[in-house]
Amino acid sequence: MAILEVNKITIKFGGLTAVSDFSLNLNEGEIVGLIGPNGAGKTTAFNAITGIYVPTSGSIMFQGNDITRLLPDKITKLGVARTFQNIRLFENMSVFENVLVGHHLRIKSSFIDATLRTPKYNREEKMMRDQTLELLEKVNLTEYLNEKASSLPYGQQRHLEIARALATRPKLLLLDEPAAGMNPKESEELMKFLKQIRDKFNLTILLIEHHMQVVMGICERILVLDHGITIAEGTPDEVQNNQKVIEAYLGVELDA
Amino acid sequence: MKNMAKKYRNAILTTVLIAAFFIFLSWTKTHLDAYVMRIFNLCAINTILALSLNLTNGFTGLFSLGTAGFMAIGAYTSALLTMPPGIKTMNFFMQPINPMLLNINVHFFFALLIAGILSALVGFLIGAPVLKLKGDYLAIATLGFGEIISVVFTNTQTITNGALGLKGIPQYTDQYWSWGVAIVIILGLKSLVNSSYGRAFKAIREDEIAAQAMGINLFSHKTLSFTVSAFIAGIGGALLANLNSTIDPTMFRFFFTYQILLMVVLGGMGSITGSVISACIITVLMELLRVVESPMDLGFISLPGISGMRMVVFAILLILVVLFLRHGIMGENEISWDMLLGKESGHRGNFGSQ
Repeated sequence: MAILEVNKITIKFGGLTAVSDFSLNLNEGEIVGLIGPNGAGKTTAFNAITGIYVPTSGSIMFQGNDITRLLPDKITKLGVARTFQNIRLFENMSVFENVLVGHHLRIKSSFIDATLRTPKYNREEKMMRDQTLELLEKVNLTEYLNEKASSLPYGQQRHLEIARALATRPKLLLLDEPAAGMNPKESEELMKFLKQIRDKFNLTILLIEHHMQVVMGICERILVLDHGITIAEGTPDEVQNNQKVIEAYLGVELDA
Repeated sequence: MKNMAKKYRNAILTTVLIAAFFIFLSWTKTHLDAYVMRIFNLCAINTILALSLNLTNGFTGLFSLGTAGFMAIGAYTSALLTMPPGIKTMNFFMQPINPMLLNINVHFFFALLIAGILSALVGFLIGAPVLKLKGDYLAIATLGFGEIISVVFTNTQTITNGALGLKGIPQYTDQYWSWGVAIVIILGLKSLVNSSYGRAFKAIREDEIAAQAMGINLFSHKTLSFTVSAFIAGIGGALLANLNSTIDPTMFRFFFTYQILLMVVLGGMGSITGSVISACIITVLMELLRVVESPMDLGFISLPGISGMRMVVFAILLILVVLFLRHGIMGENEISWDMLLGKESGHRGNFGSQ
């Protein structure tokens, strides 16, 4: 069953068409890759799915709900979480607090309950703290608990961003270049990690990645964008041998 | 269990400290003269105002400059609610007071509460359009709001007595009221900023886009922070009106907000203890520096008294703080029992200690 249906979305900024007629169907439990040269419109498509941009035309359905025009926080509440290309952690907050914030969207107590520390709020706070600890254990970040988020090593910051996204309890996770800046060993670990969390949290994952090793290694299906147009779609093998994809990445041979 | 024990220990220590402070307050009653007492009360009121501004500017990252406007609303509300009808009639000799307001008279406690609520209501209403703005634009819009309030109050003759202001407001604000309210607000704000809502505020300050991606509704949380801040500022204004016994619209101009902003920046944006410390320091300095406004004979040159020189000193202080002490006295840290007793560092990210 399709969890996300992107229906021919087009996103224009003035005269520039960043994404045109982009369609995508994600099935539950899939890991799908979105690749393409720089400026192909991958992040723009992500931003449309997560509500940062409203597409010029087309529609986006998530689990049967139309999310095309919803604000980002509403979309997150429905179960779509994301990470960012240029890591956006709450830098001056601790690792623990970063993940704790991800639980805030489910809070039922009012701010008055929270200020007066009523039993209702205390129960919720304890639950959030316990769940945060549990989650940090699952992603192996427990040792950094009280560290400032900005003081973590780069690779761990990426992990923390994913952990924070998981705290919102998503069904669909969008990762924008999770392996950027990682060495081969780190990206190997990341691949394992992504497969793990997919199984542990029953996720569907859509990821943008330039690291071919990662994309080919874990994606079951790949979409290739170039200049806002989807030029190929298929299994890693199919995509690798697709003439258009090779041309997009390597250029066209002029005279044969 | 260790955390629980620590929590109880801290709660007991805080209770003891507050009790000791109240004993100190009763001591001040007989041992301080009226002038020192007034400064002592002003310290509490400025603490309240600094905390109000710190909630928006320091904790939520909203650069708001509307404090003076909210104070004005609180001050006038409390004044009109506590002045006896006879004094009101004497004040409004240009045009009689609106008959609905003439006979209203409530206990000071309710006057404070209503002052806060009315100010919060206005904060909520102007928050809706204004909080769509970011950074400098928000600062300019809220600054404009403060000026508008002052202009409106100058022209609503039958309600505020216009430019003549109100005189003879009962001086209910004593050290118990001012510091009592300040302590309640310190404890309440500490609890709020350490709660899940407070974490959401800080997340918005750190990165709006990421906060929104975490499912935090930016608009409702910003409005919440802004409204609570207005509530606190309203109460601060009310305490000031009932301390000064005289208010007029020119009191609540940008100048006042600037003074509060200085306290917040000096104390540390996002530090409650920092705001308390610097509010007291600046209030006291404000009095000590009266010297620079009096005529001075330096031996080789004699300067005439220039009023306003104090503000020059404060402006220089603000420049120095911004240049050399960007995070203020406390940065974002707090003085806590855990820190004082040296068991754990006072880092605000500290897990389990609140």
